[in-house]
Amino acid sequence: MNTLLIAEHNNQNLSESTVKSATAAAQMGGELHVLVAGAGCAGVADEAAKLDGVAKVLLADDAQYEKHLAEPMSALVVGLADGYATIATPASTNGKNFMPRIAALLDCSQISDVTAVLDANTFERPIYAGNAIQTVRVSEAKKAVTIRPTAFAAAALTGSAGVDAIGASDNPGVSEFVSEELTKSDRPELTGAKVVVSGGRGMQSGENFPMLEKIADKLGAAVGASRAAVDAGFVPNDYQVGQTGKVVAPELYIAVGISGAIQHLAGMKDSKVIVAINKDEEAPIFQVADYGLVADLFTAVPELEEELGKVGL
Amino acid sequence: MKILVPVKRVVDYNVKIRVKPDQTGVDLANVKMSMNPFCEIAIEEAVRLQEAGTATEVVVVSVGPTQAQETIRTALAMGADRGILVQTDDEMEPLGLAKILKGVVEEEKPDMVILGKQAIDGDNNQTGQMLAALLGWSQGTFASEISLDGDSLNVTREIDGGLQTIKLAMPAIVTADLRLNEPRYASLPNIMKAKKKPIDEKTVADYSADAAPRLEIVKVTEPPVREAGIVVESVNELVDKLKNEAGVI
Repeated sequence: MNTLLIAEHNNQNLSESTVKSATAAAQMGGELHVLVAGAGCAGVADEAAKLDGVAKVLLADDAQYEKHLAEPMSALVVGLADGYATIATPASTNGKNFMPRIAALLDCSQISDVTAVLDANTFERPIYAGNAIQTVRVSEAKKAVTIRPTAFAAAALTGSAGVDAIGASDNPGVSEFVSEELTKSDRPELTGAKVVVSGGRGMQSGENFPMLEKIADKLGAAVGASRAAVDAGFVPNDYQVGQTGKVVAPELYIAVGISGAIQHLAGMKDSKVIVAINKDEEAPIFQVADYGLVADLFTAVPELEEELGKVGL
Repeated sequence: MKILVPVKRVVDYNVKIRVKPDQTGVDLANVKMSMNPFCEIAIEEAVRLQEAGTATEVVVVSVGPTQAQETIRTALAMGADRGILVQTDDEMEPLGLAKILKGVVEEEKPDMVILGKQAIDGDNNQTGQMLAALLGWSQGTFASEISLDGDSLNVTREIDGGLQTIKLAMPAIVTADLRLNEPRYASLPNIMKAKKKPIDEKTVADYSADAAPRLEIVKVTEPPVREAGIVVESVNELVDKLKNEAGVI
């Protein structure tokens, strides 16, 4: 029995999270097919066809799929589900929204946020905000899986699968898109960035975040924040890294004025190199940092900008 | 309008959990338990709708052990009108739970169900969406704002990269994200009043739902421990280490 990976995309580009999730989905058994559902998204299907290990791409191009609303997406996928033992998707806000609906309509279980595929039916996933790892086995004929992309390497883009256009299903018609407000930024997206610079309550005000942005621009980094900084209104919620925000695992994570609450560590402790700048030497963040600097961030951060300049950044 | 709010009793979010040495799960003996924080936000939203005159009744339901009564009492102290405890000592999986809740919805006939987006123990983020599927209702997940607009509901959702607003046909399922509101603390008079509010006791069998567990938990282990690194003396040394030792800049 085959595996169907539902692609995450913005109708123009396949997301990096899908490229990484393809690596996980390829280990889930049978042929790997990718579903690209959206509006005007044929280019995305061509990109998906290049993913290594993909046997076939299904393209459902229809206005009702443009924003990946849960009701039409689940109606579409349920109609395709017959040939698949596993239906998977990245654990993005889209995937987290529609996948449990698909699972319940198919009367099957969902395994959320998979971080390792042990075999086609056995998975590892974090529970309690990553403070414990659960190994779970499914013996049902069908299952739904959401994949935590940061736990997997990107699939190679050397494939050449065929693209089959498929028809749209009936829209249940109970939901419609009204508007969206996306944070505009020239910086990379948090979950895909190679370097992340995050600020916490120690930043004292949103007006001080441009300090971090200057560092971020030198490093080609995304800017994040702790929940404390979001709760204090310094920055919008989509900056939030942590148990209740985004999970990131960049090459370099720089935590500035972040104490390191359990809930924040859950979102960044898989980063390759962690730097902490905090004036409180007792801050728990230093227990996970590879490099700690005990200093007042308001002197250390401008100095860091200068020092980075000196090494040509 | 009647609102149903399912709530879950979980390990308090401030507790540092311990994995059992035999790897069968997380040690819950003598650990402080509280209402799941996202469920508190769901209750708060329902109570605010009632205070605004939009909702006429707020019913809270919990599926869990006898002690989940305390969680229901907390919700009643926050302002919910009455409670339902579906008593079970079994560990619930999201699909089984959604099937029981479907039974509760069919009996109570609410116009809206508000749930937390996820429980902080299993971190599944599934129950609300599954309940919406089983009922054939619309769903507005990860809500940061909701407003009634005639016969429909506008839900602003926290999505990757920003906010999205959708319009849902009623009845609808809403799952609460952090910024939906800031839950109140129950006042002492309201805690006393809550003791007199009714809690119906039910069993899983009352809803003829197939809630038997389907997943096999092979083991639960500690996550890999990250070793603390070194403390550098200056920014200059930090940049040097990042460039020449770690090779990340």
